Amino acid sequence: MDENAGHRLKRSLLKAGHLIGLFLAMAIICLPGFWIVLSSLRPTVEIMAKPPVWIPNEISFDAYVAMFSGVGQGGIPVLEYFRNSVIISVTSTVIALAVGMAGGYAFARYRFRGKTAIFLGFMLTRTVPGIALSLPLFFVYAKLGIIDTHFGMILAYVALNVPFTVWLIDGFFRQVPRDLAEAAQIDGCTRWQAFWQVEFPLARPGIASAGIFAFLISWNEFALASQLTRSTNSKTLPVGLLDYTAEFTIDWRGMCALAVVMIIPALTLTFIVQKHLVSGLTSGAVKG
Amino acid sequence: MRGWKPAPHVLLLLPAFIVLAAVVVVPLMLSLYSSFTPFRLTRPDSIYTFIGFRNYERLLTDKDFWIAFGRTVLLLTFALNLEMVLGLLLALLVEKASRGQRILRTIMMFPMMFSPILVGFQFKFMFNDNIGLVNNALQSLGLTDRAIPWLIDGQLAFISILIAEIWSSTAVFAIFILAGLMAMPREPLEAAKVDGCTPLQSFRYVTWPFVMPFAFIAMTIRSLDIARAYDIVKIMTDGGPAGRTEILWKLIARTAYSDARMGLANAMGYIAILLSILFTLLFFRQLAKARQQVGAEW
Repeated sequence: MDENAGHRLKRSLLKAGHLIGLFLAMAIICLPGFWIVLSSLRPTVEIMAKPPVWIPNEISFDAYVAMFSGVGQGGIPVLEYFRNSVIISVTSTVIALAVGMAGGYAFARYRFRGKTAIFLGFMLTRTVPGIALSLPLFFVYAKLGIIDTHFGMILAYVALNVPFTVWLIDGFFRQVPRDLAEAAQIDGCTRWQAFWQVEFPLARPGIASAGIFAFLISWNEFALASQLTRSTNSKTLPVGLLDYTAEFTIDWRGMCALAVVMIIPALTLTFIVQKHLVSGLTSGAVKG
Repeated sequence: MRGWKPAPHVLLLLPAFIVLAAVVVVPLMLSLYSSFTPFRLTRPDSIYTFIGFRNYERLLTDKDFWIAFGRTVLLLTFALNLEMVLGLLLALLVEKASRGQRILRTIMMFPMMFSPILVGFQFKFMFNDNIGLVNNALQSLGLTDRAIPWLIDGQLAFISILIAEIWSSTAVFAIFILAGLMAMPREPLEAAKVDGCTPLQSFRYVTWPFVMPFAFIAMTIRSLDIARAYDIVKIMTDGGPAGRTEILWKLIARTAYSDARMGLANAMGYIAILLSILFTLLFFRQLAKARQQVGAEW
């Protein structure tokens, strides 16, 4: 009897410990983001207050209104940065997807010599640190006169994204059984038709998540953008965020609001694709 | 036979080749060449002077460079190991949860969506000595009565950067290890239990070998992007105080753009690139070894 009670006690203690651990881990993950959102909604006086004010007395959207009404607080043209970010990220994603689909299909469906070597070579181009790549790119772009243009940034981001889209899409095409396309071809489809009508629809959710992955990389990239952009012509949001720290007094609330604006699209998109993302990366890499 | 027709896979891979060659390979050749010249942005002709390995020789004896290099390796070693351990713990915690797994998984992915520059900013905000959340909390709880200079003291700044780095990347490990745990068949575990393994033993000899390839995928993905620390450091301390948190990539940017010594910076860049490639190859080989296991149903 006594042993039984002891065992039960131990079990419930373990369970409580597990719950507490889980709660703490989740709290640490969520807290920084939560704090930023909260700070963007409260008046600057409260952020600066000593002793600290924990619970906001009033909530206001002033920071956001100021940011989107022309030249924002601290003279930062957030609207232009936002526009640049959207144009550059979306265009480079679409192109990287098209290139990645061609490459991924080739890796998944054809056998050829040096396949692993080529694949590894693609991945190695991705390991080049952005800042090391930015030096020669800066020089080349300056010669070609495409520094501080959308075209230059899009080109750079397509190259940045192609290795990942190839990897992911390769994984998704592998999950589509080869027999399906072959059956379609026997029924009279050309290979092109079989691809678009059989294999593509099946791999579509995966391809969509590869697209979102690529979008996030372009949306969040900083090292290259900080050197290859100069003005509101092409500066993106991550570079714009740095504008705030260049000044002597930091407008914390404005920065927090900008941070929230940057994170919301990323957040929404990732929620949509989280399921496919992991299965794509694992099946591409593990099944090899 | 009329005209030469290339094989379909060549045609399909061609666009990827062209883009990567144009934006990565050719510029890298150029930077390799310019690392053998005393090229300065302010004096464009200096690119035609060839000085052999002098830039590299100078780097070998440059104390600042080696300190930054050592600091980078130290940061990566700490960060990757801690991320791995914490990611494993987090994955085990979530896997054990009986309810609300979907929500937990979603929350777990949260830090992955933050751009490194945002991670840097939010920790700069939290670690601010005057108005930061960390100091405010410590003071309110009465743990300390003075403001701790998190980002102003050299060593504390390093720790703060490490924390930011770990916060942002533990999720990568946790997610892949969790995918592995969920794909694992139940029978071997039950068999181990029947055979009288302690929980620790069955973890060590059954669970861990199965989960390993997934951990290596996370490592590979992470190592493709190790230079993201640049963004975090750039915004958190900008290499300060007095160069105490200067890491390799920050040093490259400073040498190239502030000091305008492109040739020297390119030489450093090559060393940084080799470092990254080394990391990636290391994990890729481990991954290839551990490849036998089957992919996950996430």
